[in-house]
Amino acid sequence: MSRAFDEVAVGEELPELPIPLTRTMIVATALASRDYQDVHHDPALAEDRGSKDVFMNILTTNGLVDRYVTSWAGPAARVKAIRIRLGAPNYPGDTMVLTGTVSAKHDDGHRVEIAVRGVNAIGPHVTGTVVVQLPGGAA
Amino acid sequence: MSDDYEARLQAWVGRELVARRPGQDPVNVPMIRHWVEAMEDANPVYLDEDAAKATGRDGVVAPASMIQAWTMRGYAATVRPSTEPSGFDELVALLGEGGYTSVVATDSELEFERELVPGDHVSVEEHVESISPEKKTGLGAGRFVSTVKTYRDASGEVVATQRWRTLRFRPADKPAPEKPKALRPRPAVNPDNAFWFEAAREHRLVIQRCADCKSLRHPPGPCCPQCGSFAWDTVESSGEGHVYTFTVNHHPRHPAFDYPLVVAVVELAEGTRLIANMTGVEPADVEVGMPVVLDWIDPDPDLSLPVFRPAAHKER
Repeated sequence: MSRAFDEVAVGEELPELPIPLTRTMIVATALASRDYQDVHHDPALAEDRGSKDVFMNILTTNGLVDRYVTSWAGPAARVKAIRIRLGAPNYPGDTMVLTGTVSAKHDDGHRVEIAVRGVNAIGPHVTGTVVVQLPGGAA
Repeated sequence: MSDDYEARLQAWVGRELVARRPGQDPVNVPMIRHWVEAMEDANPVYLDEDAAKATGRDGVVAPASMIQAWTMRGYAATVRPSTEPSGFDELVALLGEGGYTSVVATDSELEFERELVPGDHVSVEEHVESISPEKKTGLGAGRFVSTVKTYRDASGEVVATQRWRTLRFRPADKPAPEKPKALRPRPAVNPDNAFWFEAAREHRLVIQRCADCKSLRHPPGPCCPQCGSFAWDTVESSGEGHVYTFTVNHHPRHPAFDYPLVVAVVELAEGTRLIANMTGVEPADVEVGMPVVLDWIDPDPDLSLPVFRPAAHKER
């Protein structure tokens, strides 16, 4: 079920997770995060504003990175930080593949840092770090 | 960009952009459900009370990443913003004055102090941390605006902070989509004149000749106007001639042509006349009697037409 702090080693890789980016999903996640900016649901207005189509909002990227790491860490994990940088937009029709590597461990508070990367057909959509607090261990 | 503008922008650093403002609703299960369904997040601690307790929690918790959603202003305020301008609106207007009318979020750094549970009422306030000089980006020239949002619970305790960076940019000029140039009007090709257009496609200017009386004629027709014979063949023109008459069209304009457009009646050395455009000469320099020679244009893949250019001056 949940991963314990002692079971995790720096350098461990998370299984990759491909996320199909449908137009419906991009709109549904924007609305679930109560983000009604037109660039996330109106293609014509998105084009007027310099984008080729609607694109995923940053709250959703946070949500997907959160999901990716906690689905690996297990339900007992508590998220302490999500630090992300956005790059290539997530446009409808593309697929974003999330990968992650355990980049650091801190005995203090049983914190584990995971370097996360989400790449779509254009390039890296998101790069960042998620910090989770894991249960158990010898400490 | 003037120094004054830069100073007005930089005056925003450290200022409160959005005063502490509570979210519309406390943390609640329906919004959590909406979120985890859309994110396809199967972590049971968000909706299953027992599963949450099994992890040592008191009950279900909200996804950490959902923090910002609790204080989003929602649909109504997005489409009908308050007429009372906030600091945020003032800064957006100032950035708009610099041409930075588009926005895209580039960085978010969330730090969580504790997990949120249903009933927590979250508020947010936002301060400006920095405004960068203008940078060239793939999206257009713009400025990075960094702010810090502080999320507090109902008792004022900080539950999370978020460093938030957006690029406010001037959309790069999009090249106008190239419209395919309009095609010239199609010639009315029929069995009596098809030979002439077929020869033109091979860049051969032919003249119809009566097979009986040998008189030349143009435009093509089935019957000799001199002797009435239906028998005919062709000769190939030398391509030399002179301007018999001409006009310069300015209006109305057809999108396939460049104006002013010279339309000339050229009399060939062989004696027949045809209507054609001129090339290699300014309309003002065209004269009646001007010696011309044949050239060809291929305005589109299905159409080749004779045009005429001034003949090189012959040494006398």
